Amino acid sequence: MRFLPAGDLAVSIELGEEISVQVNTRVRALEYLIEHKALPGVVETVPTYRSLLVYYDPSVVGYEALCAQLATLSEQTTTTAMPPAREVELPCCYGGELGLDLEAAARRLELSMDELVRLHAGAEYLVYFIGFTPGLPYMTGAPERLTIPRLDTPRVKVPAGSVAIGGIQCCVYSVDSPGGFWLLGRTPVRLYDPEAAEPILLKPGDRVRFRRIERGEFDDIASRVAAGRFSPVIR
Amino acid sequence: MIRVLEPGPQTTVQDVGRTGQMRYGIPPSGPVDRSSFVLANRLVGNLDGAAALEFTLMGPRLRAETPCTLAVSGADAPVTINDAPAPTWTTLALEAGDVMKIGAARAGVRGYIAVAGGIDVAPVLGSRATYLRGRMGGVHGRALARDDRLPLGHARTARPRTVPEAARPRWGGETVLRVVLGPQADRFTNEGVVTFLDSAYEVLPQSDRMGARLNGPRIAHAGGHDIISDGIALGAVQVPGDGQPIVLLVDRQSTGGYTKIATVCSFDIARVGQAKPGQRLRFTAVDVAAAHRLLRESDAALAAVELQEIA
Repeated sequence: MRFLPAGDLAVSIELGEEISVQVNTRVRALEYLIEHKALPGVVETVPTYRSLLVYYDPSVVGYEALCAQLATLSEQTTTTAMPPAREVELPCCYGGELGLDLEAAARRLELSMDELVRLHAGAEYLVYFIGFTPGLPYMTGAPERLTIPRLDTPRVKVPAGSVAIGGIQCCVYSVDSPGGFWLLGRTPVRLYDPEAAEPILLKPGDRVRFRRIERGEFDDIASRVAAGRFSPVIR
Repeated sequence: MIRVLEPGPQTTVQDVGRTGQMRYGIPPSGPVDRSSFVLANRLVGNLDGAAALEFTLMGPRLRAETPCTLAVSGADAPVTINDAPAPTWTTLALEAGDVMKIGAARAGVRGYIAVAGGIDVAPVLGSRATYLRGRMGGVHGRALARDDRLPLGHARTARPRTVPEAARPRWGGETVLRVVLGPQADRFTNEGVVTFLDSAYEVLPQSDRMGARLNGPRIAHAGGHDIISDGIALGAVQVPGDGQPIVLLVDRQSTGGYTKIATVCSFDIARVGQAKPGQRLRFTAVDVAAAHRLLRESDAALAAVELQEIA
């Protein structure tokens, strides 16, 4: 465990050296404990793969005292019982103009397009954290067979809702943005909606599954989303 | 009510910013120059964090639809009311129909226009601050446009006052910024850290509320410029593969995978945001304890500003 100062208002706590479910679970457990115990002086927290950035108010708590408290809490992370994870189902239409790289990715992975979709939609994904753009989940969970290097040339603009893979990761682009992952399909669900009462759909720790849908259902859900009459299944 | 006649290149509604949303990828936003923003609010009798306007390089032209009280602070820009020069850093009273115009900044980049009662747009996630890339907050998540009408909150009575000359910031010239080294200073060669601390870096025109892009002597990494993505604090000095630093500001991405050699202290962020393209910045390292001492001094100095009543 390392404490790294990030200016006068934040400290980064690294709980491991690698991207793993185990390390990330400790990161989220530490965040949960901080919130649960309402640690004085903590303003907000940002979990990532293996570290937690803690913003604090130095007029309430000093750097050394805060690090000491965080060290104590981090010892409890392995035994911390966290609230049960939510399961979120995202409908996804694979291939065609909504999944421009499906064919190329299948070729690269030496799978048929149908096998690739079956493997991708058959897996459960853990949301490690949200970042890069509002509401974008960093996830893993795909079978090893789907590990693929990132695109040689990132796209300048990837449409919001694109479901994509790169390395061992899977992500859903939350707004139109540049991106270097292979686009397999698209969900009509909005992961970020600035007009909504709750603009962000996914939270760190959520479990995500993709339900394969055809173009007709995609268009139907998309129009219901636009009219504010669609809620994804969350258990 | 205020009507926007000309918005200027980028004028947004900002309050003190959002808290607790960075874990969802939403930055705090808010004013880049917090002290100037706070002083403008105090001049019109608002609470420090009330929603005001932030303009960039050039101010807007506004018409008061109802009588209102305003103050302009931050970047040094000429102000006129019905074409007659008016002072900055001072409470100004407008009658219905009066037109206020703010010209091009002579020094500094970001100016603030506070209005008594605050700009009363709907809060989103607890804040009225505009986050342009996320199309969130302010006026429909965008910069002001011609013919926008800005509703005002309930104003408290404010005696006309001015910020004493000595308490007004001066922008321009070579600026030295206090930084705390890290979180990834160990991912640079010793020579790289020395280069960073001993050189002047010029502000590039591509800078915005997300980050100030700088250009100067290349900062050398030790063993690659990528890390496992982690959180990005206010003022983080990110150094991508090209060795050129980027100081991340209020609309920054919440996480990222580039090494961060140092973090500019919160009390020097305004001086980054007020540096014009071409202006030179230097960095000097302080430890966390010294940074906290300087922060207390900076907060105390702002609290001690005594606004002078105007006869």
